[in-house]
Amino acid sequence: MVTLTGLKLKNPTILAAGIMGTTGASLVRMAKEGAGAVVTKSIGPEPKEGHHNPSMVQLECGFLNAMGLPNPSYEAFLQELEFAKNGCSVPVIASIFGGNADDFLKVADGLSPAKPDAFELNVSCPHAEGYGAMIGSDPYVVEEITRAVCDSVDVPVWVKLTPNVTDIVSIGEAAERGGADAVVAINTVRAMAIDIATGYPILGNRFGGLSGEAIKPIAVKCVYDLYAALDIPIIGVGGISKWQDAIEMMMAGASAVQIGSAVFDGTGVFGSIADGIDNYLDKNGHAGIKDIIGLAHEVI
Amino acid sequence: MRHINVTITNTVDESPSTRTFFFDKSFESAIPGQFVMVWIRGVDEIPMTLSYTNAITVQKVGDATSALFKLDVGDSLGIRGPFGNGFTLPQKDEKILLIAGGVGAAPLAPLAEHVANSGTWSNVTTILGARNVNELIFANRFFMTGEIHVTTDDGTQGRRGFVTDVLSEIDISEYDKIYTCGPEIMMARVFEILHKAGAHSKAEFSLHRYFKCAIGVCGACCMDPHGLRVCKDGPVFNGELLVDTEFGKYKRGASGIRGRV
Repeated sequence: MVTLTGLKLKNPTILAAGIMGTTGASLVRMAKEGAGAVVTKSIGPEPKEGHHNPSMVQLECGFLNAMGLPNPSYEAFLQELEFAKNGCSVPVIASIFGGNADDFLKVADGLSPAKPDAFELNVSCPHAEGYGAMIGSDPYVVEEITRAVCDSVDVPVWVKLTPNVTDIVSIGEAAERGGADAVVAINTVRAMAIDIATGYPILGNRFGGLSGEAIKPIAVKCVYDLYAALDIPIIGVGGISKWQDAIEMMMAGASAVQIGSAVFDGTGVFGSIADGIDNYLDKNGHAGIKDIIGLAHEVI
Repeated sequence: MRHINVTITNTVDESPSTRTFFFDKSFESAIPGQFVMVWIRGVDEIPMTLSYTNAITVQKVGDATSALFKLDVGDSLGIRGPFGNGFTLPQKDEKILLIAGGVGAAPLAPLAEHVANSGTWSNVTTILGARNVNELIFANRFFMTGEIHVTTDDGTQGRRGFVTDVLSEIDISEYDKIYTCGPEIMMARVFEILHKAGAHSKAEFSLHRYFKCAIGVCGACCMDPHGLRVCKDGPVFNGELLVDTEFGKYKRGASGIRGRV
């Protein structure tokens, strides 16, 4: 059991937004398969079908995607969230997005009847015009949106950050000033792949975001920098597929981790990483993950 | 896995709305029922089952398939796969029943041929249905592999009616394994008959849902209430897994909104 922003997580591995989170049933499945908490697909004010396929492809070093924030809108998602809340014995966090503070409030308000355990604000999707990183790279906008949601809801608010900025710490600080209970770092890294038989960009959206193995060192550095600057907890995400990755992320400063693309290897990844973390702590004489969170900052 | 580039070497019109596209590359390791993602560059990428080791059979139903129909011999496509779980291949000497509706014949014809080539040909029975005689797909391939019952909605060939009319009359207990692919409304009716007969757990159903990632990560194609991914846990499911599910009732579209099957 891990306590994070007041929520009791079964273990420190959390299903990341955008993975197996479109339906209530898939969220329940991930919780049953070992996730310590689950985050929904990002939900917005209007139904969106997303970009044309290919919307996700496996590359040599990770996964490239541009889903385009497909979602049924908060109105249609409410029943999915209710199903997830009824079926999950772990916290269910609603990921939400919008083009401005009013959009965020509308979605948060619309989903509140299902009683999500927290909200995660997606201000970091790298490939949706007018949403996500378009607003998440401006500290003033991030602070404004965070403050608006924090003032309006009575559950914890996490803010998911984009690495596609010059200084992620300034965005993290903006979220903290706005009242965020935690930041989540990082979303995918802007990337592109081209079909060399024809020259066509592979993704339907032409470019997108990279996840998986290749981005782990980028995420570790972002978490390390955020930990040094912020007082609120940091949830580390980016390229975690085994327990060693989770330990490394915690040593950089993460209080918990999120897992996304590694579901490709199997839905049991949460349980196996959580077990690996426990074994590591036991073997090294640590009382809990608190002993290793931010350790990399202390040993020098 | 990146797309491999294939060139169209031949096209065959199977019906007024259905065409087979043959490639210069063959997917020998693919199990009947598995699918590939077919990238019509600059347009879209759609899941398609292999109807031969080197071909797909496509019904023109929307923008992507219409764009595909504009391609000709010498044009190229991007293909990734095969993905998902195909049909459980029968043991030697098992008697199998195939129930195919319309373009649902596409994954079943290679299965019939696989079985016929590895066992005794008399072990395959097919019920093949279509709206009318012109829409019957691969009748000859099924005819060459065993016994065939043909139905058409309008009676222009075979029996007038539906595949389920034949299914209701035959002795289901004679068959060791049953495989079906076709419109979901048809498969749901097949499921109902088999479930009533207690035979659904020896049957496999090839399902369709809107795919995005196609590799079991995004969750867009998950079914209620167990969260099974059609792209990765399927697309072929044992009937046991479909009891009391959304199958035959509703499905989600690209945005995740539920709609009719």
